[in-house]
Amino acid sequence: MRILPLLLVVILTSGLIIILDTKILLPAPLGRLLAPQSGIWQNAEKLNENYNADLSFPALKGNATVFLDDRLIPHIFAEQENDAYFIQGYLHAKFRLWQMELQVMSAAGRASEIVGKIAVNHDREFRRLGMVFAAENSLQEMEKSEVIKSSCDAYTAGVNSYIISLTESQLPIEYKLLGYKPELWSNLKTALFLKYMSYDLASAEDDFEMTNAKSFFNASDMALLFPANQDSADPIIPKGTVYPPAGVKVTAPSTFDSSQSSKAVAVEENNKADRANGSNNWAVSGSKTKSGAPILCNDPHLGLNLPSLWYEIQISTPNFNAYGASFPGAPSVIIGFNDSCAFGFTNGGRDVRDYYEIEFKDDTRQEYWFNNRWIKTSFRYEQIKIAGEATISDTVAYTIFGPVMYDKSFSGKRTGGVKNYAVKWTAHAPSNELLVFNMLDHARNYNDYLAAALHLETPGQNCVFADKAGDIAIRAQGNFPAKWEHQGDYIMPGRDSSYMWQGMIPQSEIPYQYNPERGFVSSANQRPTDSAYPYYLGNVYPASRGKIINRKLDSMTMITPQDMMKMQNDNYNIFAEMAMPIFLKHISEDSLSRNEEKYFSLLKSWNLRNDYHSKGATIFVNLFDDFKSLVFDDEYAKAPHPIQTPAESTLLEAVLRDSSFKFLDNINTARKENLEDITLAAFRKTAAHLRSVESEGRLEWGKNKDTHISHLLKIPEFSRLHLPIGGGRNVINATRGDHGPSWRMIVSLTAQTEAYGVYPGGQSGNPGSRFYDNFIDFWVEGKYYPLWMMTKDESGDKRVKWKMRFSKS
Amino acid sequence: MKFVITLLLITLLSFAACIYLPWWSIAIVSFIVSAIINISSVLSFLAGFVAIFSLWLCISYSISIGNGHILAHRIAPLIIKADSPLALALLTGVIGASVAGLGALAGSFVRSRSA
Repeated sequence: MRILPLLLVVILTSGLIIILDTKILLPAPLGRLLAPQSGIWQNAEKLNENYNADLSFPALKGNATVFLDDRLIPHIFAEQENDAYFIQGYLHAKFRLWQMELQVMSAAGRASEIVGKIAVNHDREFRRLGMVFAAENSLQEMEKSEVIKSSCDAYTAGVNSYIISLTESQLPIEYKLLGYKPELWSNLKTALFLKYMSYDLASAEDDFEMTNAKSFFNASDMALLFPANQDSADPIIPKGTVYPPAGVKVTAPSTFDSSQSSKAVAVEENNKADRANGSNNWAVSGSKTKSGAPILCNDPHLGLNLPSLWYEIQISTPNFNAYGASFPGAPSVIIGFNDSCAFGFTNGGRDVRDYYEIEFKDDTRQEYWFNNRWIKTSFRYEQIKIAGEATISDTVAYTIFGPVMYDKSFSGKRTGGVKNYAVKWTAHAPSNELLVFNMLDHARNYNDYLAAALHLETPGQNCVFADKAGDIAIRAQGNFPAKWEHQGDYIMPGRDSSYMWQGMIPQSEIPYQYNPERGFVSSANQRPTDSAYPYYLGNVYPASRGKIINRKLDSMTMITPQDMMKMQNDNYNIFAEMAMPIFLKHISEDSLSRNEEKYFSLLKSWNLRNDYHSKGATIFVNLFDDFKSLVFDDEYAKAPHPIQTPAESTLLEAVLRDSSFKFLDNINTARKENLEDITLAAFRKTAAHLRSVESEGRLEWGKNKDTHISHLLKIPEFSRLHLPIGGGRNVINATRGDHGPSWRMIVSLTAQTEAYGVYPGGQSGNPGSRFYDNFIDFWVEGKYYPLWMMTKDESGDKRVKWKMRFSKS
Repeated sequence: MKFVITLLLITLLSFAACIYLPWWSIAIVSFIVSAIINISSVLSFLAGFVAIFSLWLCISYSISIGNGHILAHRIAPLIIKADSPLALALLTGVIGASVAGLGALAGSFVRSRSA
């Protein structure tokens, strides 16, 4: 034995192994990752992968078969309903495990466990918002329902059966890259996933920024900048509808107008759910269609990511047969259709999250002042584990309003960390939204739909419905606080009960339409009603898409599913239609330079469509942004704190109404500027900016907007960038940079259902699979796949590629 | 001949070991095999290096071919800043080869100097 060389080389070998197995020296453990029998090569799925399987599990009650078709859509046929949910869980895990877990880790404020201290603020914010508290409350309610408890139990068992069967080499690639392993699933995680959707859809508010605006502007300016009603609004429930008087009477406290809450708070930056989370849905009755049967359409606009939020599925049991988009993380079909009817959703967008200023007795936060006495707080002790670092703890005080989200220890970059603000949010209340989807999947008629919809509390959604009996309907559904005018627009005092929500709007007073005379129902996140509705609805609703949808549906007859496909992909910009006359009338062409003239003639000849190659669309969108900033920036620059800016539709309506709109004047000049001055200045600014944009080759709208679908970890190689697609804000095809129609669906309720759909992703979450992103090009082109509601006797159909058998063991 | 046997044994046993054990078991396999079979240290190193280089290259590149190189096209730019599946497979081979070669070299020192 040669001891010295032996020792030397053993040390050398061990060192090399350590370097290649860890991130101590290299940015990634290259040996572990590239080892071909267990590393990432194992995620390179065969092009002709065989998904056939024969599986047995003790948790199953009967037999079931899953037929996977040529697009990898599973068609589950189960003898027992709960077995179908078991299999749905198994399939969600098999194809989407990593994203499912990432979403609930993020929802629970546990992202730091995966990505390290970069996520600590996110985690603290989510815990302080009470996400886990909310999920626990909902879980209790969910588990009170026998149907939902058993379906969730089965779903969880299915997910876990897959996780337990996983070997190291089969781990999704993201686990390997980040170096962690999946935990077991639980019903609480399903509840957390649903709260994540509530966060995404029903947590938007501008209370701090509005409070600052109120402290900066006087009352008449506030009314100009943030009007409670929009002139151009075409509400979901048409104007002129008569509503019964409010069943819940609310009274504003006498101190409301002058309340102490109008004092400014130090907002540092915005970090909130995307206001643009919107959607379109509509249903036309048989009187307007070629077939004589209703057609229902829905395209929810959400953040676009890979793996996709949606997973397409058919679930067939003796009790129901449903097809549509499901959420990896929850049982049931969420947006889809069954043998009798179809259903879809758009976001309600109501303000259901408010803040109350809390006065603690001292820094221990043990007691707070409420209704003339000190009340004991309760505490939640949060332990935030951080990958590669020591765990930190965060103690959150809970009051009668809700958790104290912002206090001295956590400003969330919104409050300056001096005062204490408790958050009141409807998502904290116990509710059982899964029952909505379960009941819709089973629904046979309008009454079943109605019974299902009533369980939808948060996030509030406009639920559209159509069935084979010929009914169409829509409800602006949700559990919404009855508010006095402007209640909750600003931070409220929490010293007593006078500013608390005084009641919820009764379900019997939810605005709805059932088989209206005009032959269609629709929603696109606009105001649910006109001002005749006896409850305050807040002031932030996008109006444009609703207007163009209603205009189109009004004039259409003999509608076919192909007409609806065209409509969902329509790029007509109705906002520009309203705004262009302002620019064309007031910008004086004589004052333009040659370069400016070039852009102006492009704008003049623009066809008002946000098409991919359109240059006019780029000019218009930039021009309106510049116009808005020239109108308001002079005033806003003088505000001591960040304050809410008005909606673009508010500015447009204001100058259409009054060409001497007060804010047009630049307060920094002696001169009084008018609309001509400001539009010209805006155009010059736009033209100067667009010169450099053009030299970069991004004058065409699609390139300017640059739609991309990023992997959840923002790894460019796992993402699809620079997609050639038009659309944008204020357009039915609401495709923006990283946001847009996440699932387009059209269902014609003829005797033999004719349905079409597409989502920008693929059924597999594995970047090494040919099914990872294979729908994206189709989606970009505005094309649709026929949605095949398979019957059991079609098992020999050529579309069936693989068969998975599930049986009891 | 002994070299070929060493090479083949390291290849086969490493493949088997990696089904059940962590990837770096290739070092242990190479160590043991070259501690037993009496060839020079240089040849031991070469046997371990060539064995795992070819094993890992063949496995990874054949997986990649079956995959139409979908994954390699996504991963190669991440790791080697070049969109080349073959280069990624070569890197895979070199990484395994270095570890196995050193393992085998160490193993050769267990024996007293060979002829």
